[in-house]
Amino acid sequence: MKTIKLKIDGIETTADDRTPVLAIAEKLGIKIPTLCHHPILEPYGVCRICTVEVRSGKRVRMVTACNYPATNGIEVLTNSDRVRRDRKLIIEWLMSRCGHVPVLEQLAKEYGIVEPRFGRGDDDCILCGLCVRVCSDVVGANVLGFFGRGTTREVSTAFGETSPKCIGCGACAYVCPTGAIRIENDSELVREALPLGPLTPVGIPFMQAVPHKPVIDRDSCIHFKTGECKVCEKVCEVKAIDHKQTDQIEEIDVGAVILATGFKPSDPQAIPEYGYGKFKNVLTGLEFERMNSASGPTGGKILLANNQEPKQVGIIHCVGSRDERHNKYCSRVCCMYALKFAHLIKEKTGAEVYNFYIDMRCFGKGYEEFYHRLLEEGVRFIRGRAASVTDFPLNDREVGKLVVRVEDTLIGEVRRIPLDMVVLATGLSPAEDAARLARTFHISCGNGFFMERHPKLAPVSTATDGIFIAGACQGPKDIPDTVAQASAAASLVQSLMSRGEIEVESATSVVDAEKCAGCRICNTLCSLSAISFDEEKKISVINDVLCKGCGTCAAACPSAAISARHFTDEQLFAEIEGALYDVRA
Amino acid sequence: MTFEPKIVGILCNWCSYTGADLAGTARIKYSPNVRVMRVMCSGRVDPTFILKAFADGADGVLVAGCHPGDCHYIEGNYKTMRRMALFKKMLADYGIEPGRFRLEWVSASEGDRWAEVVNKITEDVRKLGPAKLRTVRKKKIPA
Repeated sequence: MKTIKLKIDGIETTADDRTPVLAIAEKLGIKIPTLCHHPILEPYGVCRICTVEVRSGKRVRMVTACNYPATNGIEVLTNSDRVRRDRKLIIEWLMSRCGHVPVLEQLAKEYGIVEPRFGRGDDDCILCGLCVRVCSDVVGANVLGFFGRGTTREVSTAFGETSPKCIGCGACAYVCPTGAIRIENDSELVREALPLGPLTPVGIPFMQAVPHKPVIDRDSCIHFKTGECKVCEKVCEVKAIDHKQTDQIEEIDVGAVILATGFKPSDPQAIPEYGYGKFKNVLTGLEFERMNSASGPTGGKILLANNQEPKQVGIIHCVGSRDERHNKYCSRVCCMYALKFAHLIKEKTGAEVYNFYIDMRCFGKGYEEFYHRLLEEGVRFIRGRAASVTDFPLNDREVGKLVVRVEDTLIGEVRRIPLDMVVLATGLSPAEDAARLARTFHISCGNGFFMERHPKLAPVSTATDGIFIAGACQGPKDIPDTVAQASAAASLVQSLMSRGEIEVESATSVVDAEKCAGCRICNTLCSLSAISFDEEKKISVINDVLCKGCGTCAAACPSAAISARHFTDEQLFAEIEGALYDVRA
Repeated sequence: MTFEPKIVGILCNWCSYTGADLAGTARIKYSPNVRVMRVMCSGRVDPTFILKAFADGADGVLVAGCHPGDCHYIEGNYKTMRRMALFKKMLADYGIEPGRFRLEWVSASEGDRWAEVVNKITEDVRKLGPAKLRTVRKKKIPA
């Protein structure tokens, strides 16, 4: 591309031929006012506010900077008297249509307009077309367009009706310079989408994310809805964004594997009587945690769906745990996180907090002390499994509240507690694909949690050599226990690796060369491919390193040439005889 | 006195034997009639073991391994499944009721299932009464 020389406001500069004047001026830091211009869109030149004076030899022209291609030797004046006079006129014309728009008011002030000569119109839209272009060129939804001619020209959807093609991305409202387009902001609707979801389609999912890098949320990204947009790709200077990336399967050879696949929070909707999903102020523990987070959607404030602070909060313990209908086991972590919530609610809002518990299980170091501290703080504890959450009031006190019905087993009475917010202390359920994963690694899975080799003596290893388990995939556990188990698993793997050699199974099978007839039945039976056929000697041979000693070949050998060490036919026969010592004659 | 059958159980080391162990540590109560033998894999079970047990006076034989797909040795239990299906057809020819023999899958976490399986085979064999081979042998040998 040809490089040209030009002068802008007396500053000599060079640029590629036919670059728009506006772009060159921006690089030099010269500000030219714009209304219909947006860097990600093609220049449109419709608002005329970027008018500049261009001198080429003796010729003087007034042009729009956003789409005027610079040529060699031109001189541009962006703030001459003539430019200011023309812009003033343009602003007045625009104001004759939109007399009360803040952007124009601001420009009018800058250009010394006290009262526009042609009066003030009442419209909001200056017909810059940014919204129309963003909808068609960037988003690709093609919902907005220009309708009518002359004075009746307006931006609208087809036939002025709500378009089913609108994806509600809000791009039109975002680019609108006058604020003529607004997204209906129903705070309850927005809250529904917020609690745990990402704040924007591209973003760092949460502050502590590792790696600390933005990711694209496929569900809300416009590109994955319409195939267009890719604005992020255009603005990313280092070209790091690739919308074509997909999941890849990589094969890595390893000697040991630690499974730490975690858990799934229990589904609160499986217990419909607690009204999760029905009442907006019934939250799960994880949702509450998110709301409580300083980087969360409410900035760490504890708020109800109507953005008010709650006055009474209830925490229902054992949701999905210790329940014959769901998980029979205790999830171990809920009591303590429920206590933490109670403490934080008290501290942040001063609200009255009720805990509905079956038993308080504060088993860890310092846990019981924390429980006592909360008792002293005035958190209320009601012993009894909450029966239901309802919004049906029986008296004036309960109007507009959530009511928890519970049998207080300490006083032996059924109580109704009116509350603003209910937090469900949801338990830990096994991960959905745990059984499939267990099968992949040849380990057992009980209750959906991975089985350790021995509950007391080998709680980290599994029945399969080299496979270790850590964390909640083995059973519900809290962070200290998980860290302890994970460290143990890591050191077991380390000790395997530092030894540099592995012990081979002693109970392997062996072929008696004298007896082997070379029938090769065993060759195909071995699922570990440990048996090969010696073509020279015409007998089968077992590879001692590959053989794990299952003995399937020994059982199948028609000439009894294979014996499984430690499990020979003679030994097993003797065992059978031993087992039947009293009935054998 | 009711007839207490003598049953030989041949269990795979990884699933069923561990499952039986779990039944013990969990203190699950079940019939004491099965006498357990351990092999590394249910694939090790040669039909002659079962015949030997019957010949030595067992009233029933229970072979238990990992659930299909869960075999520690990948597919040892599939071999057993095929082998035992054929073997069961031959049992009648030996004069043994097929009900005296069972092949079951019990995983390491199924202590309660192990107890169920044992109770079931014990009841079934109790109904069938003492095995014929046992009575034949008893008669032949003078007291």
